[in-house]
Amino acid sequence: MTPFGLLDWSDLVFAGFLRDPSVNEAVASAAGAFAVLGAVAALVVLTVKGWWRPLWSGWLTSLDHKRIGIMYVVLGLVMFARAIAEASVMRAQQMAALGEPGFLSAEHFGQLFTTHGTIMIFFVAMPLLTGIINFVMPLQIGARDVTFPLVNAVSLALTAAGAALLMVSLVVGRFSTGGWSGYPPFTGAAFSPGEGVDYWIWAVTLSSLGSTLTGMNFAVTIYKERCPGMHLFRMPLFTWTALCTSILMIFAMAPLTVATLMLALDRYAGFHFFTAGSGGDMMNYANLFWLFGHPEVYILILPAFGVWSEVFSTFSGKTLYGYTSLVIATMCIAVLSFTVWLHHFFTMGQAASINAVFGVATMLIGVPTGVKVYDWLLTMVRGRIRFRVPLILGCYFLATFVIGGLTGVLLANPTVDYGTHNSLFLVAHFHNMLIPGLLFGMFAAIHFWFPKAFGFRLHEGLGVLSAFLWMGGFLCAFMPLYALGLMGGMRRMAQLPEGPFGPLLAVALLGALMIAAGFAVFVLQLWWSVRHRDRLAVPHGDPWDGRTLEWALPAPPPEWNFAVLPEVDRRDPFDAAKLAGIAYALPDRYEDIEMPANSAVAPALGAAAFAVAFGLVWHIWWLVAFGLAAALAAIVARSFVTETTRTIPAAHVRQVTEGWRSIARVATPCPRRAEATGANRGRARPQQ
Amino acid sequence: MSDVTATRHPGLNLNHTDRETHDRAESVMFGFWVFMMSDLVLFAVLFATYAAQSVHGIAGGPAPAEIFELKSTLWQTLVLLTSSFTMGLAALALKYRDDRRRLVLWLLVTAALGGTFLYLEGADWLRMARDHGAVPQVSGFLSIFYALTGTHFLHVSAAMVWIGVMLVQIGRFGLKPEVKLRVMRLAILWHLLDVVWIGIFTFVFLFGVVQ
Amino acid sequence: MRLIPCLPVLLAASLAGPAVAETGTQAGFLWAAGPIAEAQRAHFLSIIGWMSVVIVPLFVALPVVLWRYRAGGPGAFRPDWGNSPLGEAVLWGVPALLVAVLGWNLWTETLRMDPYAPLGPDPLVIDVVTWNWGFVFVHGAAGVAEVDRLTIPAGRPVTLRMTSDSVMQSVFIPRLAGQLYAMPGMVTELNLAADGPGTFTGRNSQYNGPGFATQSFDVIALPAGEYDARIAQLAAMEGTLDAAGFDALKGDDAARPQGFGAVSDGFLAEIVGRYADPRMAGMVH
Ligand code: HEM
Ligand SMILES: [Cu+2]
Repeated sequence: MTPFGLLDWSDLVFAGFLRDPSVNEAVASAAGAFAVLGAVAALVVLTVKGWWRPLWSGWLTSLDHKRIGIMYVVLGLVMFARAIAEASVMRAQQMAALGEPGFLSAEHFGQLFTTHGTIMIFFVAMPLLTGIINFVMPLQIGARDVTFPLVNAVSLALTAAGAALLMVSLVVGRFSTGGWSGYPPFTGAAFSPGEGVDYWIWAVTLSSLGSTLTGMNFAVTIYKERCPGMHLFRMPLFTWTALCTSILMIFAMAPLTVATLMLALDRYAGFHFFTAGSGGDMMNYANLFWLFGHPEVYILILPAFGVWSEVFSTFSGKTLYGYTSLVIATMCIAVLSFTVWLHHFFTMGQAASINAVFGVATMLIGVPTGVKVYDWLLTMVRGRIRFRVPLILGCYFLATFVIGGLTGVLLANPTVDYGTHNSLFLVAHFHNMLIPGLLFGMFAAIHFWFPKAFGFRLHEGLGVLSAFLWMGGFLCAFMPLYALGLMGGMRRMAQLPEGPFGPLLAVALLGALMIAAGFAVFVLQLWWSVRHRDRLAVPHGDPWDGRTLEWALPAPPPEWNFAVLPEVDRRDPFDAAKLAGIAYALPDRYEDIEMPANSAVAPALGAAAFAVAFGLVWHIWWLVAFGLAAALAAIVARSFVTETTRTIPAAHVRQVTEGWRSIARVATPCPRRAEATGANRGRARPQQ
Repeated sequence: MSDVTATRHPGLNLNHTDRETHDRAESVMFGFWVFMMSDLVLFAVLFATYAAQSVHGIAGGPAPAEIFELKSTLWQTLVLLTSSFTMGLAALALKYRDDRRRLVLWLLVTAALGGTFLYLEGADWLRMARDHGAVPQVSGFLSIFYALTGTHFLHVSAAMVWIGVMLVQIGRFGLKPEVKLRVMRLAILWHLLDVVWIGIFTFVFLFGVVQ
Repeated sequence: MRLIPCLPVLLAASLAGPAVAETGTQAGFLWAAGPIAEAQRAHFLSIIGWMSVVIVPLFVALPVVLWRYRAGGPGAFRPDWGNSPLGEAVLWGVPALLVAVLGWNLWTETLRMDPYAPLGPDPLVIDVVTWNWGFVFVHGAAGVAEVDRLTIPAGRPVTLRMTSDSVMQSVFIPRLAGQLYAMPGMVTELNLAADGPGTFTGRNSQYNGPGFATQSFDVIALPAGEYDARIAQLAAMEGTLDAAGFDALKGDDAARPQGFGAVSDGFLAEIVGRYADPRMAGMVH
């Protein structure tokens, strides 16, 4: 064995193309080339523009929760681009492969749905929601940062290391074909030798470690860092959902970590957790995976529910309807989500009564979910609804989410599930929940809080255009899949039989392309808005007539968020302050503020984690040992660092705060009808 | 002063005037408890798997009763319990004494007992492997047996490294608040590992032998 | 009123209906051809009906609310209105009642439709062994086996006893029976019946590698007489299906025989035994 373990030149994706110059290999090589060129381009830009230093000291080593949040979102968006491209290729393949093999090999198709699913869940959805919670939650509870800023940065580094592993797998070696759920024994060494499943295992493990830490950090922050007067029942709903999601993360990620590590022991060391024979139990994997997997879908959706709550309330200019109901419903969902995992394998042959119990438990979740939908609707009742991008997406979410809810209730019935499990009907169902629910929620959040993060709005017209492309695209891409599933189309099929599937698959392909186009327009919108940021600037910080504490800050907020920690005595405190005319009052005293100092520990740990994972995938044992030693050294060394904070002098805080507030106070308040125009500089005229 | 005592974290001996560090201690200790909780979930999942595999996963290999030897396990348990006791003495020394000699002494004793535990457990594994061919590759039951006890073993080893680092830090920084907080958290981890071991002793070894 | 939530189904029916008539085999339980699929369809439609109680109001109310309360619209502005006791009661009460009804239905249907329960006295027992990528069906009573094709007598209850000689698979005959996993070292049972003669597609629905997409089989339901003729035809075939014969079958995709004229005793148990814990063997029948 060489010093590079199993690694060999022939593992490069381009070597595959040279060996076999087929369309299939060309697609793989093109993807690999794209990844390499993208990385090179990024390096060149950083070097030419001289951005390395600001990137390092301003971002990579920063412990500021806002910057960490933004980096999470950027990571999610980059990975989203890849996963969407893969979805389109899959759709094109199925279109081309009616009753014939098509242009992709079955093996390649297997990699595509596996990477698509894995990326979308662990490296798009999780980073997006983690990033947005990171940015918003401390602001909403009136805190200066999360409780453990360094742990926060470490979580990001671990997640990024996992994502990097996935990107490397485009160029070096092949990825797993076992799907995002990675069921053994198919993913065991006997049926999937080679590096693919190992890539999957370590990418997912890194991500789940990062999420466990994140969950603890957020939960502790929400318990301990709320500003005076911010009782639990005064927290904004988004923070409530962040809390529930964090608690779910604390409990749900461990089963996944155990499952993937056991699978790794089976593969690397010949253990028998999930093998066929020798006392292995593949059904245990299904239990462990879904013990994580079902709470996971609520980890994904709850923050989006929080976003929708803020969006409906803000863009109706009205308090949330049924706040208490919404909180209780959120908690019910969180608790119930641990009692239903078996519905992912009603068809595993257990007793009918067991299926019935889990089926009923699943259906119970429909109650709080239904309550939420109507609470949101009633939030708009007696409001003044403004059709900004987040609200447009929100209304679409309400309409399509109930269809997803309906199909969810259908699938909760074992009787129906026997006929729809593993079919495209199921694929349609979960995309129906994940795209209008989670993904659109995240894009609504980006639209909503972008001005807060960067000081300028996103171009409204382009936003509407991309929203409509997404909305139309989703309908085309996934409604036909319900039908296809009922017609006998299964998931994960590299080719469908000839017959009635063609027309519906064509519509689905069109839909996928529309979604991709919507994303392109979104990127265009970002670019345009950055170019014209002066026109879109909202320095006073309150572009949407916001109601919660984060809108009381300038845009972008200073590193320390609040010059003086706020005190609140009600829900929607900023709205009340504006109505009372005391929103921009100056604090009467300033103090020195201690903020966490930058630290290189997180990037170091991320790099070490990547080295360990890559070494494990390719059996490069010295690299594994080196990475582990480096990680341990970094942690121990950090514990000897005595200067972990940086003091910001009161005078500086005063200067910044008064500079902003004195301008904001005299700024012309913008009426809501001019919200989407240049007249909106971030000072809102209260609505009476 | 009374006001400060009221919010003081039990077991901490922070300077009475240092209000901010007390508050900080609250979040740090709470955070660590949450961390321990997620660690317990991990062990719970391993226990659940053990419950299933130790019955259904024997696959013609040795059964629990054939390979376990209660005497050795009992010694391991006694040693670990004692180490928990000495770790408790270390925590008391941290709270009530300003000199570090006792704290260091009890930490050293704890580490020695921890090392003894690791040695005994390792020897026990070797015995099973040697006398019964009971290695994890034999059956589902042995896979989870080694995974469960091995995870505990790794935790104890990590805690030993932690003790080492703390000894250096006590020497270098003295008993400043950060160091105290770290010792407190170390103690929590140590006691928790003891609790987990009691679970292992009961559910794995005692039940295994009884069956 | 019930139309809106039924859209996906209607879409399916309208687009797929003619095509199905053409090909005849490929379809789901909406085109039921046996009692199980029939019951699935009825249950499916009844849930959609019940669920429209909460879904239809939303579809009606959403446009109305958006219109009435748009900025500049006719609706009154009451920014502090965030609660109404009656509203809460309805909001929680209606879904709770609905879930009670649906939950009851779920419970009874699930127990009634237990895949392990035979659909009548004296079911025909057929053993199924799957592998990567194929199926063999053993007609135990007749001592014959067929490959990638399942012939059953129309109208008679059938019990499939299934195991896998590779990874986890899911044997799925949408128009007749739904699906259940076949797993190495274990036996699961799926009961089904066909109302009348016909050809239906069955397949594995659990991804198991490159051959997955084409791992399907035809289910052919024949009138009793023709069924017997088919069995006789199988009995005339060469070869014996035993462990060795089976491994040869797995190993050679190119020359896959259509069937075996003889089957060794306890063939299913032998395949199961490859993976099962010998101490537990008594528990797997
Ligand atoms: C944006 C547009 C999207 C398109 C066009 C799309 C398309 C697809 C396609 C074609 C498949 C394969 C279906 C099959 O197995 O036959 C798939 C699977 C999947 N998608 Fe998406 N998807 C999209 C977004 C998402 C999002 C946002 C998520 C999650 C956050 C997601 C999660 C998944 C998962 C988990 C799978 C299953 C992978 C597996 O079988 O293991 N997708 N998607
Ligand atoms: Cu679920």
